[in-house]
Amino acid sequence: MAKKVAFMQGNEAAAHGALYAGCKFFAGYPITPSTEVAEVMSAELPKVGGKFIQMEDEIGAMAALIGASLTGLKALTSTSGPGLSLKQENIGYACITEVPCVIVNVMRGGPSTGMPTGPSQSDVMCAKWGTHGDHPAICLVPASVQELFEETVRAFNLAEKYRTPVMIMPDEIVAHMRERIVFPEPGEIPVVDRTAPSVTPDKYKPYDTSFGDVPPLAAFGSGYKFHVTGLNKMQDGFPTTKAEIVQAEEERQVRKVEANKAEIMKWEEYLVDDADVVVVAFGSTSRSARFAVDQARKQGIKAGLFRLITFWPFPEERLLEISKKVKAFISPEMNLGMCAGVIKGCIEGNAPVLGIFRVDGEPINPDQILDKMKEVK
Amino acid sequence: MAFEYEKWLRPGKLPHIWCPGCGHGIVMKGLIRALDTLQLKKEETAIVSGIGCASRLPGYMDCCTLHTAHGRAAAFATGVKMARPEMNVILCGGDGDGTAIGGNHFIHACRRNIDMTYIIMNNMIYGMTGGQFSPCTPTGAKASTTPYGNPDPGFDIAKLAIGAGASFVARGTAFHANQIDKLIVEAIQHKGFSVVEILDDCPTTYGRRNKYKSVIEMMNRLKDIAVPVKAAEKMDPEQLKGKVLTGVLYKEDKPEYCEQYKAVIERAQGAAR
Repeated sequence: MAKKVAFMQGNEAAAHGALYAGCKFFAGYPITPSTEVAEVMSAELPKVGGKFIQMEDEIGAMAALIGASLTGLKALTSTSGPGLSLKQENIGYACITEVPCVIVNVMRGGPSTGMPTGPSQSDVMCAKWGTHGDHPAICLVPASVQELFEETVRAFNLAEKYRTPVMIMPDEIVAHMRERIVFPEPGEIPVVDRTAPSVTPDKYKPYDTSFGDVPPLAAFGSGYKFHVTGLNKMQDGFPTTKAEIVQAEEERQVRKVEANKAEIMKWEEYLVDDADVVVVAFGSTSRSARFAVDQARKQGIKAGLFRLITFWPFPEERLLEISKKVKAFISPEMNLGMCAGVIKGCIEGNAPVLGIFRVDGEPINPDQILDKMKEVK
Repeated sequence: MAFEYEKWLRPGKLPHIWCPGCGHGIVMKGLIRALDTLQLKKEETAIVSGIGCASRLPGYMDCCTLHTAHGRAAAFATGVKMARPEMNVILCGGDGDGTAIGGNHFIHACRRNIDMTYIIMNNMIYGMTGGQFSPCTPTGAKASTTPYGNPDPGFDIAKLAIGAGASFVARGTAFHANQIDKLIVEAIQHKGFSVVEILDDCPTTYGRRNKYKSVIEMMNRLKDIAVPVKAAEKMDPEQLKGKVLTGVLYKEDKPEYCEQYKAVIERAQGAAR
């Protein structure tokens, strides 16, 4: 049987990716340019017995998401910059309480209200450092409608597997462009569910590390009763200020992602092996970059593209390796150098990082990247 | 009737954090009597709170307990209830948590009329942080951040809840301990969003600064200002000056949110067929 094919907008694809992953709950608040995600979920979730709620604000949406996830439902919200700022409080709560959830954040200009309909890539640092305190961060940055669908499925899988919030961050161009999408058959992309407890309710502890760095999570209403708090907690979920427990728990919460980053990180290398100049790009910018690389090769410039699909955890080791062989990196991005700064932080000064930074609401075009390649001697 | 208090308390979690003379323990005991009266299942009961002294209550209760972020109890609880409408969802917290930082979530939970019970312990102060004025601190009162007297007018929580659409609103006091469980029982049994405000005391951070010489004096104040709604009907406005009505203040049958959403699911699935 032929696969189902559609011509679809990025935001719509994110919603359908969530449904494919088994999402049964959505809580959100209207915000440009992400609202289509909520609109599709409001129409589709009740059809499969799921629940959609439009909350009173972004903070409440994030809170309801966590509440629903604690009852065992896979839960999604969608937002954009100003909403992401508001959600940070409870993103931190989901980090410390280790409750799986997925946040679609469509990147628009900022700070503050900024440019609501203009594309941007300036929320990537907010994805890692937006909420206070030390915490794990997983952030995915797809570049096409198809990839936005597939990466949303992966976002749920990672959230469930590692008991942590996962952010999927298309820029506004990827979120609003329309492209052909081929829907995977059920089962074609693996769908991961959180590990349920294997012990009886009387023996259950929500942070029982004898099961490893990612302890099984029971659902409220399933016969298990336990305590959840945003305070630093012990294995039984109750608050503690005991120094050695707090230290160990904080380290475990970060380690559960960092130690598994080989599985979480995802990128694509295009003509990188023999490249003199490597463009590191993501989202819609990577599409301009790929075009520029092809043009450069035609002109005899040995250019390559390193396309980030996972932004956090960042592929530090691989970029360090590449840095030993190249004359320069180019970092085109719709912000004032966030990714360039991260690249510089991991390549030990082996190569210069040339930036093309735009925050004027216009996309970076291939010629800009090509011109920058020509500056590399 | 004898109540099984210990059955509802988590082993090993007492003593609680509340100061001597604080009314929160009286409220918790009232809640336990209510749960025991209704014979709710612990595994099917979620108790959700925000941040503050009163919000520490869930930790002592042997149920599904969720101690959330400051002011957010109603929003977290809405997610729990929508996802599992069969669960009994009870919220608790203080006046600052519920009506200042959590005010938006509070009024919208009232508006949706989602079937949960919210117990607000109103001690008129932010106790945990050391006695700053709250939206329920009386005008003129002293707090650590109103050293010259509070210039702000206060909220009437019950009126706020009724105005926002809650379909059951009651008020009791920590002095009238025997009434607390009865109000909570009726609130839980009511289908819709129910609010039970309990006027409470904070001898440590409110009483000290406002010339209450003892906890007994603070409790006597609660005794003196409370007028049952029935008794108030026979009193004239002059007699009611400075008094606060207690008992069930408002009750209305109207559509409940989870039921409304169930109908949405039926319509969506009907349309899909």
